Amino acid sequence: MAISGNLTAIAYLVASVLFILALRGLSSPETARAGNLYGIAGMAIAILTTVIDPEVASYGWILAAFAIGGLIGMTVALKIQMAAMPQLVAAFHSLVGMAAVLVAGAALDNPQAYGITDAAGAILLSSRIEMGLGAAIGAITFSGSIVAFTKLQGLVSGNPIVFSGQHWLNLLLGIVTIVLLAYFTLEQSPELFWAMTALSFLIGILIIIPIGGADMPVVISMLNSYSGWAAAGIGFTLQNSALIVTGALVGSSGAILSYIMCRAMNRSFFSVILGGFGGDPTAANTAAGDKSTKSGSAEDAAFVMKNAGSVIIVPGYGMAVAQAQHALREMADKLKEAGVRVRYAIHPVAGRMPGHMNVLLAEANVPYDEVAELEEINSDFASTDVAFVIGANDVTNPAARDDPGSPIYGMPILDVDKARTVLFVKRSLSPGYAGIDNDLFYRDNTMMLFADAKQLTEGVVKAL
Amino acid sequence: METVDPFVFQLTIFVLAIFVGYYVVWSVTPALHTPLMSVTNAVSSVIIVGALIAAGPDELSTAKILGFIAMTLAAINIFGGFTVTQRMLGMFRRKK
Repeated sequence: MAISGNLTAIAYLVASVLFILALRGLSSPETARAGNLYGIAGMAIAILTTVIDPEVASYGWILAAFAIGGLIGMTVALKIQMAAMPQLVAAFHSLVGMAAVLVAGAALDNPQAYGITDAAGAILLSSRIEMGLGAAIGAITFSGSIVAFTKLQGLVSGNPIVFSGQHWLNLLLGIVTIVLLAYFTLEQSPELFWAMTALSFLIGILIIIPIGGADMPVVISMLNSYSGWAAAGIGFTLQNSALIVTGALVGSSGAILSYIMCRAMNRSFFSVILGGFGGDPTAANTAAGDKSTKSGSAEDAAFVMKNAGSVIIVPGYGMAVAQAQHALREMADKLKEAGVRVRYAIHPVAGRMPGHMNVLLAEANVPYDEVAELEEINSDFASTDVAFVIGANDVTNPAARDDPGSPIYGMPILDVDKARTVLFVKRSLSPGYAGIDNDLFYRDNTMMLFADAKQLTEGVVKAL
Repeated sequence: METVDPFVFQLTIFVLAIFVGYYVVWSVTPALHTPLMSVTNAVSSVIIVGALIAAGPDELSTAKILGFIAMTLAAINIFGGFTVTQRMLGMFRRKK
């Protein structure tokens, strides 16, 4: 037993190292595919090591679970549209959360199988604490991710749901949950465990509903982080080093992504969590009044860009919704044939999850070396002939840079206004998610292209 | 020397792994943040090892049923997560 125990621990160590390499591979697209294979290898080692454990005696159910799960997982993964990635990731997070709750429940029901009982048959105190924490975080991850999923999928409105006393209610529920958790660790009663878990499900729902659509990149990253902490909690309960390491990696990964997203919006993590920001546009700031815009057609846009030396395309969520990325790449190809230098500029919070735009452009066969991040390309707008903004809005709003009174003041923006000409594809003059009017629409060097992003881009392709 | 509680060893692993995660994730290129999420999601499904132990014994119990459901959910994540990550990464191509 001692030898096999050591071997098992070493196998888990190998799996953990492979998981670290899987994340390390993502430092460049060149090494990323190999990294993913390391991840798969690590997972296979962890599963096989566990399956040959003498505790595992019947294989029928295991094979059935892998067959069902594998079939569903592969089918979804092969069919999903890239535009729907945020929903898919939210759904996947919910599954990790639920699995954490169920494993904690199983460990409570049959602690002997996990070797976490003392001589008298009671569960070790430390395991009770970890099990309770794992289940509570898992439950919050599950229900929070389900709410995020329904918002992203458009099943419910992306508007924040706020009511008075909301934060006090959440605080109260949080305190009650902690009290139940404390009682559970003292009493080891399943009733207390499940009551605490049920309350955590409720908290998960309540903390996500006040957060608006524009803050979804933070929400998804945050839930990513929670799913990691839940896994780590279960890892402590089961005294499984692979699970502890993985949980820690995922937890810190999600936390870093949340931080990057908050920084890109110049919002504090706390203000995002408290919610109430960014739903459908409000009428408060839309007093456009006598300001006038210049508008043009697809042919005008084609003419301007064909005669330009350099074009920077700025895609946003609107491009994803209109599925305009393929037409956009065709447009870029035509422009390149005409000798125009074409690049893409991506704001960190463009889209509904971190890196969403990059994946959509990659899907449309845009080479990744033509796609630049904000810091890399922002100083180039001043020397660029045309900025082609498609489906982005708030991330180009000069008010964030120039107007200290603006609600988005201080948010890093793409300086498209510094380009010689700005072509702005938009359906109407309605403000963006932040509900703020964009001064860029009324500038002399801006030409508004009022149309659906995909139709307009196809029109430009035709005109070229 | 007094014996050290195994919990302390686990805590050591946990804290060091957070530091590893911190430095590794900061080195991930922003262009690959979406695959980062899908792959972290897939690897966190290593929680399936806990479900395997619950579903392993021959006799039927609540733990076995919970383990079976957890196993199925985690399997969806493992197969789905790695597959969709591979699919996305396959799209990232350099200029010809």
